[in-house]
Amino acid sequence: MSEKLIEVNNLKKYFKTKNGLLHAVDDVSFHIDKGETLGLVGESGCGKSTLGRAIIRLSDPTAGEVIFHGQDITKLSAREMMKIRQNMQIVFQDPYASLDGRKNLFESIAEPLKVQKVFSNNADLEKKVFELMDTVGLARRLANTYPHELDGGRRQRVGVARALALNPEFMVLDEPVSALDVSIQAQIINLLEELQDKLGLTYLFISHDLSVVKHISDRIAVMYLGKMVELTDYKTIFNDPLHPYTQALLSAIPVPRLDVKRERIILQGDVPSPVNPKPGCRFAGRCMFCQDRCREEEPELKEYSPGHFAACHRAMELKESGGKAE
Amino acid sequence: MMSEDKLLEIKDLTVEYRTVDGVVHAVTDLNISIGKGQTLGLVGETGAGKTTTVKSIMRILPDPPAKIVSGEILFEGEDLLKKPESHMREIRGEKISMIFQDPMTSLNPTIPVLDQISEAIVLHNKITKQEAEQRAGDMLELVGIRRERGSDYPHQFSGGMKQRVVIAMALACNPQLLIADEPTTALDVTIQAQVLELMKEIIRTRDTSVIMITHDLGIVAEICDYVAIMYAGEVVEYGTLRQVFENPKHPYTVGLFGCIPDLYAEDDALIPIKGLMPDPVNLPEGCRFHPRCNQVCEKCSRERPHMVEIEPGHFVNCHLMVPETEQGGEQDV
Ligand SMILES: Nc1ncnc2c1ncn2[C@@H]1O[C@H](COP(=O)(O)OP(=O)(O)OP(=O)(O)O)[C@@H](O)[C@H]1O
Ligand SMILES: Nc1ncnc2c1ncn2[C@@H]1O[C@H](COP(=O)(O)OP(=O)(O)OP(=O)(O)O)[C@@H](O)[C@H]1O
Ligand code: SF4
Ligand SMILES: [Mg+2]
Ligand SMILES: [Mg+2]
Repeated sequence: MSEKLIEVNNLKKYFKTKNGLLHAVDDVSFHIDKGETLGLVGESGCGKSTLGRAIIRLSDPTAGEVIFHGQDITKLSAREMMKIRQNMQIVFQDPYASLDGRKNLFESIAEPLKVQKVFSNNADLEKKVFELMDTVGLARRLANTYPHELDGGRRQRVGVARALALNPEFMVLDEPVSALDVSIQAQIINLLEELQDKLGLTYLFISHDLSVVKHISDRIAVMYLGKMVELTDYKTIFNDPLHPYTQALLSAIPVPRLDVKRERIILQGDVPSPVNPKPGCRFAGRCMFCQDRCREEEPELKEYSPGHFAACHRAMELKESGGKAE
Repeated sequence: MMSEDKLLEIKDLTVEYRTVDGVVHAVTDLNISIGKGQTLGLVGETGAGKTTTVKSIMRILPDPPAKIVSGEILFEGEDLLKKPESHMREIRGEKISMIFQDPMTSLNPTIPVLDQISEAIVLHNKITKQEAEQRAGDMLELVGIRRERGSDYPHQFSGGMKQRVVIAMALACNPQLLIADEPTTALDVTIQAQVLELMKEIIRTRDTSVIMITHDLGIVAEICDYVAIMYAGEVVEYGTLRQVFENPKHPYTVGLFGCIPDLYAEDDALIPIKGLMPDPVNLPEGCRFHPRCNQVCEKCSRERPHMVEIEPGHFVNCHLMVPETEQGGEQDV
C-alpha cells in the first residue's frame, strides 16, 4: 500500500585521512516511504549527517545507489541534479551557520526562489515569500531583520521556510531542534509535523535525542560507526530492541519520570575510530554478548520479523531468550 | 527554605551585568539552600541565570560587567561575598569545586593530566609531591581511567574521558560542595550514562553536596534530591524532587513538562509554551513569565508575585498559589 519515495542501496561514503580510509557510512541500505518520517539516531560521528548529505547528493557517495522516483540520482550530471535538488532539501542544526549574515530574513527566504528563477516578477516573488513566512509562523514585520537579531527558534523557522520554498517532496532534517531550548523545540517539532500533514512531506529526521525521534518518527534506524545496526517501527524499537547497542542506547536515556525504573546497561569504553575499522562487528569491543565469531565475521542487516531488521550474529538467540543470553 | 544544618544558603541574591546595551538582570532575589550530602538540580533554559548563580558562589564572575547588587551567600555559616580574594582562593578547589560543560575550561592542554591533578592536590594540602601523585593516580582510577594514562595529554583522551579527568580533579581535595555546570551536555548518551553513574557513586560514598545545573529534566530525576526551576533570573519553583515532578505547580514548570516528549506514553502530544524568552535588559513588569503564561490574570502583569509555600518545603512564585497556612480543610487546629 505504501509507495517508496527513496531507496538507498549499499551506500558508502569514505573519506581519505592521513591515517587511512575513514568509513563514515559503510554499506547502508534502506528505503523511505512517501509521506513517512524515518528517524535516524546514533552517537556523535556515527555517520548520520554524512548519510543525510549523501542521499541528497550534497556530497557524492563513494559507492551505492540512491533511487528517487525510480531514478538513480548518483549517476546524474550536475545539471540534471540541479532540477532534482529542488525536490530534496535539507535543514541544518545551526541555522545561524547556514544563513548568510548579510541577508535579511526576506532575502534569505527569497534566495532559493531567485536562484531557480521561479518567478519572473517581483510581486509574485514577494507574495510567495510572505506566504512562506506565514506557513512557518514568522511575523511579516520581521522581513527586514537580520539573522543576528533573531533568536534560535526564529532562525530555525527561516531555515525551514527556505527549505520549503521550492515545494520539495523530501526533506533531510539534520538535528533541526538540537540547538534550541525545550520550550522552543516543542514549537518547531509541532510546526514540522503540521507541515508534513499539510504538504505530504517525507522526512529523514536526524537526531541524537531518542525521545524526540520516537515522538516524530514512523520508523527508526539506529547507526553505529558507519553501519545501520537496527531498523524498525518506532514502537518496536522501544519495546523489543534486538541489537545490543540499541538496548544500551535506550537504557542510557535519562527519563524525566519518577515512576519508571529501568535497568541500565553501562557500556564500557568509547566509540572506536572509523578509520580502517577492524573486521567483524563494529560493536564487538563494547558488547557484552560478544563471541569469537563477532570479532571475525561482520553481521549483516537481516529481517528478524516483518519489517524488523538488525545486524547482530546473536539477535535471534537474544530475541528468544528475552535479551538474557549468558 | 532555611534551616540550621545547611552547607550553603543563598539569600536574596541579585546579580546584574552592566553593559553598553543596558543592565542585564541576570539573577534577581534568588534564594536557595543545600544541605550536607544533598544534590540540588538547578534547571532552566538558556539565559535563565544558572551559570551566573554558581559563578557568584565561586566568586568568579567577570567584574566588570558583573555586579553583585545584593544578597548573602552563606557557606558553613560565613558569607562568601565578604571574604577577601586570598581566602576565596583557598576555598576554591579545596572546599568548593566546579566542573564546566567544556572540560577544556579546566584542563591545561600542555600538561599531562596526572600532573594537573597532583598540582591541584599540592596546592591545597601539605603533602609531598610523591604523595600527591599517588593520590592523583587513585583519583584517575576512581573515575575509571588507568593510572598509566596519567602521563597522557588532554588531547589524547575522548570527550567523555576528559570530563572524567575533570571530575577526578574536582574531587581530588574532597570538596564539601561540587558544582557541575551541564557536565554531560556535550557527551553522547552512553558516555553521559557512564559519567552520571560515576557522579552518583561519588555522591553516595563521599557525602559530597552537589549543585547540578542542567536543562535535562531526565538527569534531574536520576540524580537530584531537590530541584529549583529558574526562569528569567528567578527561581519560580523549588521543592523536593517528588514535589516538583509529581506535583508541579508553577505554569512554567508545568509547561516545561508539556514540551518534552514522553518516551513511555502512547499519546505524547507536545504542548509548547507560547512566545519567547524575554529580553533580560527589558523584562516584563509584574510576573516575568506572564506574557507566555496560559493562566495569566490581570494582577500578573501589574504586580510581582512572591514565593508561596504551598506544602512544607515546596515553594512556588506565582499569584495563583495559596499559602499552605491559608488553605482550608486539612489543618490541625
Ligand atoms: N569532510 C570530511 N572529511 C573527513 N572526515 C569526515 C568528513 N565529514 C565527516 N567526517 C567523519 O565522518 C564520520 C561521520 O561524521 P558525521 O558528521 O556524519 O557524523 P554524525 O553522526 O552526523 O555526528 P554528529 O552527531 O556529531 O553530528 C566522523 O568520523 C567524521 O569525523
Ligand atoms: N559577561 C556577560 N555580559 C553580559 N551579559 C551576560 C554575561 N554573562 C551572562 N550574561 C547574561 O546574563 C543572563 C544569564 O546568563 P547565564 O549564563 O547565567 O544563564 P544560564 O542559565 O547559565 O544559561 P545557559 O543555559 O545558556 O548556560 C543572560 O541573559 C546572559 O546573556
Ligand atoms: S554481533 Fe556480536 S558483538 Fe556485535 S552486537 Fe551482536 S553480539 Fe554484540
Ligand atoms: Mg551530524
Ligand atoms: Mg550556563
